[in-house]
Amino acid sequence: MGMTMAERVLAKASGRDRVTAGEFVVARIDLALLHDIFAAQVFSMLKAVGVDQLLEPDRTVVVIDHLVPAPTAEAATVHQQIRDDVARLGIGAFYDAGQGICHQLLPERGHVRPGALIVGTDSHSTSYGALGAGGTGIGTSDMVYALATGSLWFRVPQTVRFELTGELEPGVSWKDVILYLAGEFGADAAQYKSIEFGGPAVAKADMSSRLTVANMAVEMGAKFGFFAADQVTNAYLVEHGGQGSEPFGPDPDATYEAVHQISLSDLSPQIALPHQVDRVAPVSVAEGIAINQAFLGSCTNGRIEDLRAAAKVLEGKRVARGVRLLVAPASQEVLREATRTGILATLIDAGATILAPGCGPCFGGHGGLLGPGERCIGTHNRNFPGRMGSADAEIYLASPATVAASAIAGVISDPRQLEAGDE
Amino acid sequence: MSSQANGVGNVLRGRVWKFDHDVSTDVLSPGAYAIDPVEVRMLHVLESVNPAFASQVEPGDVIVAGRNFGCGSSRETAPENLKALGVACVCAESFARIFMRNAVAVGLPVLVCSGVHAAFENDDVGEIDLASGRVNNTDSGGELQGDSLPEEMRAILAAGGILALLKSQSGAG
Ligand code: SF4
Repeated sequence: MGMTMAERVLAKASGRDRVTAGEFVVARIDLALLHDIFAAQVFSMLKAVGVDQLLEPDRTVVVIDHLVPAPTAEAATVHQQIRDDVARLGIGAFYDAGQGICHQLLPERGHVRPGALIVGTDSHSTSYGALGAGGTGIGTSDMVYALATGSLWFRVPQTVRFELTGELEPGVSWKDVILYLAGEFGADAAQYKSIEFGGPAVAKADMSSRLTVANMAVEMGAKFGFFAADQVTNAYLVEHGGQGSEPFGPDPDATYEAVHQISLSDLSPQIALPHQVDRVAPVSVAEGIAINQAFLGSCTNGRIEDLRAAAKVLEGKRVARGVRLLVAPASQEVLREATRTGILATLIDAGATILAPGCGPCFGGHGGLLGPGERCIGTHNRNFPGRMGSADAEIYLASPATVAASAIAGVISDPRQLEAGDE
Repeated sequence: MSSQANGVGNVLRGRVWKFDHDVSTDVLSPGAYAIDPVEVRMLHVLESVNPAFASQVEPGDVIVAGRNFGCGSSRETAPENLKALGVACVCAESFARIFMRNAVAVGLPVLVCSGVHAAFENDDVGEIDLASGRVNNTDSGGELQGDSLPEEMRAILAAGGILALLKSQSGAG
């Protein structure tokens, strides 16, 4: 009997030949991620338990991304503490404010390897599954333990597999796919479980799309959200870290708790309605609802491919009067590429406001918050009440193309209509 | 909590507070008090679903709940608040993953037990054996089999949480 990707990652990390779902293991952590919301707290907790050095500072990455540039004196003070601690603890991989979002930087700067076990003080650490790594979110106490000892306990999760077939129609993206799956299967569909995304449609998905999907696996409750590492992964690794990788996937005879066969051929653009990520419907259901703000960015959809998809819709057009279009590139690299290729100019010509690379308004800390009664359509991953400012605001989640089309129309719009109207 | 030794004798007995499905971290640790000290935070635990809970819960009481207990954010204050109130154990049909991790990390015993939500009413007395996973309703006499807690988790709980364990490990070595 073979192993799933979750079993393979945890077997390797715990030095075992094989492990089976349901077992508990103590696993070695390959990489630990901390960002500015929890890093200072974790470092001071470490001090409080009498630990003044990390077991493996070279396996730790610290990113200042949530509150950038520092919107308050308090945030600036926390950032100072983080910089001091990073220097004191000898952490080499440190990305200071403005370089980008953690879940973008780790893959982009070559920190993520297929088969690795990665923990982060952030629930969207499932993103690293896009490259075949086991990435998952943990709390601050667990992080303190992991940094001090280099290991942590895990329950080996059951796995749900999605076998995806068919072709996406023009105007439909992988964001629509993951929104559809969240809506169809629910926010607790993969509670304690690992998800594997596989099948012929997945083989054709680029790394940017895989990152979008793995990122939102946690929106279905998942511990991990895996894609097998293949040629696409190998090419991405070579481009971003220098060293390629062997294929890494599940054993062919792995045991799954469930396997769902889904064809993507008939999928239409999807939208998550307020205030739950799994309240999903085809965009047509929400068409015509007026918006005040459109947000293009976040670790879900702030990559160059996302900016390009939006620019394609926005090219030669203007954002509707009364609508604010905010763009936060996921990293400085994305911003540089958008500048080089003219995408940035297209966005600016359409009337977009360009924000610093980072989490931007997704975190709800600053940089484009919503007032009571306002509506925002965004490319990010959560729409809980109060996520972006006022608890009386409404957040809709959709693809970059849908967000761009809605920004132009001033009302929620199907991007395919706009393209059809052009011809 | 004194019965929390490794191995045998790991049985908790307490008055039951019953809650439904999908009790979120927002309910367990309301955002309005998120950055207040634990002494303040614990006074508001579950107030939106049972206003009497925080003032009337007694050390040693247990919580019985439905599916997806602790869903929502990754805030560690949710299990921390329950522990501060002296809740001896949360026994639920299922937990949100990060809540379960955080509960063990802060030293709050948890047990997954299917059927538990229907088997208890408020003020019943529950007997929970963390080692074997056995759950008894001493009022109705009903007995259920939960998923026994593995040794690794029990060791963390017995130490009083993962940081206490870390301290004892680094102190010893
Ligand atoms: S972009 Fe949003 S979801 Fe992603 S890490 Fe930042 S705040 Fe979290």
